Amino acid sequence: MQNKLYIITGHYGSGKTEFAVNFALQLAQAGGSVTLADLDIVNPYFCSRERKAELEAAEVRTILPSKGHGDLPALNPALLAMFEAGGVGVMDVGGDAAGARVLGRFAARIAAVPHELYCVLNFNRPETATPEQALRYLREIEGSSKLRVTGLVNNTHLCTETTAEDVLRGAALARETAALAGLPLVYHAVERGLAAQLNSMEGELFLMDIYMKKPWE
Amino acid sequence: MKELWKGNEAVAEAAMRAGCRYFFGYPITPQNEIPEYLAKHMPARGGVFVQAESEIAAINMIYGASGAGARVMTSSSSPGISLKQEGITYLACAELPAVIVNMMRGGPGLGNIAPSQADYYQATRGGGNGDYRTIVLAPASIQEAADFTQEAFDLADVYRMPVIVLADGTIGQMMEAIEWRTPPRRELPAKEWATNGHRGERPHNIINSLFLDVADCEEQNCRLQERYELIAERETRYEEYMAEDAEVLFVAYGTSARLARAAVLKLRAQGVKAGLFRPITLWPFPEVALHARAAMPSMKAVIAAEMSTGQMIDDVKLAVNGIRPVYLVGRSGGAMPMPMELVELALEVLA
Repeated sequence: MQNKLYIITGHYGSGKTEFAVNFALQLAQAGGSVTLADLDIVNPYFCSRERKAELEAAEVRTILPSKGHGDLPALNPALLAMFEAGGVGVMDVGGDAAGARVLGRFAARIAAVPHELYCVLNFNRPETATPEQALRYLREIEGSSKLRVTGLVNNTHLCTETTAEDVLRGAALARETAALAGLPLVYHAVERGLAAQLNSMEGELFLMDIYMKKPWE
Repeated sequence: MKELWKGNEAVAEAAMRAGCRYFFGYPITPQNEIPEYLAKHMPARGGVFVQAESEIAAINMIYGASGAGARVMTSSSSPGISLKQEGITYLACAELPAVIVNMMRGGPGLGNIAPSQADYYQATRGGGNGDYRTIVLAPASIQEAADFTQEAFDLADVYRMPVIVLADGTIGQMMEAIEWRTPPRRELPAKEWATNGHRGERPHNIINSLFLDVADCEEQNCRLQERYELIAERETRYEEYMAEDAEVLFVAYGTSARLARAAVLKLRAQGVKAGLFRPITLWPFPEVALHARAAMPSMKAVIAAEMSTGQMIDDVKLAVNGIRPVYLVGRSGGAMPMPMELVELALEVLA
């Protein structure tokens, strides 16, 4: 497996964290030496750090924000090792341009290593319901991260109420967005249970187990 | 078509859909997406967003704008809501409509940013000084957060009083699929009391919460109490789930009700007749309905589940009035009454 950094960005609620956690676990399952870094310091709940136990049980190394005394967690300086040590890294970045700003200070370091910067898209979110809106968010993320997005992930979902129709509708809109942005559409991320209904869909399916559950799920 | 909304954003959008064009607030986690969303969208819809210099300033801006007849909202989380209490009691006495959203976090004090339901007493007993109440709506889903926020504005206008939407950080932060719908139509009285300029056509209106004369002050109190009785009669709301044949009844609201519902399903899967009683209005508390349910011959025990060390349980005990034993699963500081814990206690009290 090639040493590479996979940086996962997107709008709030796009499902970045679910994708990042699944992506790291599947890379590890494929035999990679994988590190997942939680760079989300803008969102207080539903972050990949909550899945530390599952990740470490699957031998994914985690680099998590240190717990501050205030409302905001702080970046873990250990994440600098991701630019030095090789291996496969997955960075779960906070939502929107605000969340992606943390990447800006590492932009030169990231640019110097093999990397992919994925932008996760969910067309069921009201502020990214059209390709034009999604592209605007993508450009804002590029602006604050000082990096270029290299690929798109369609993750159009409604949490537990997602249907195959949502995925298909999102796929069409994601293709339009990819054409507008001149970027490859890398995956259609879907919950494993929906896979059978999406056999004939064009493009690569990325099958996910749901880890970012609500407390009663 | 359904859309995926975060609770805080849904509350903010719902306010604008209900015609709120004035929001005054001050940031605090875990409700920051409310002011953030309104700062972004309110100006484009012809409204005013002000980040005040403090929570106290914000609630007094609410007082002023409401006095002028506008639909107004402020939002905060637990310690910030404590700061607003002076303003809320003034609003209550001056009979001013306003919507106040509390996305509760761990306490007491500054506590933490984790979800909590420990402001139950504060919300349901007035919170500030004096004999007053606020209507308290407790959403248990993002759909309800959107619906109840819209409805809160109508309730506030109909009864001329502050209405609290009481949820916790989980509801604020989580996302669920929702549909936008308009609340049931209510007859809204004209705001003849508003200080919006008499134009030489009527006497001055005065907004006031000072009644120096004893008789006047008591008269104002009686006026308010009569209204509260009317509200208790007309606006009390609750929902039941599998309660018709229950032997053990969970009573829980908001996030705790979602957890208790999961416990009911687990118990039913084991053949245990469990049910859920979910107060939707925390004030007025649905005491008559809860008493009737608890009095059912099949009922053996009632379990209050809450994210506090035991606040709602007082209302549960008042309603049950000693006819059934009442137990508590009360977690605090960000911890939750998890379904397994509820299942274990239910099995224990039925054994």
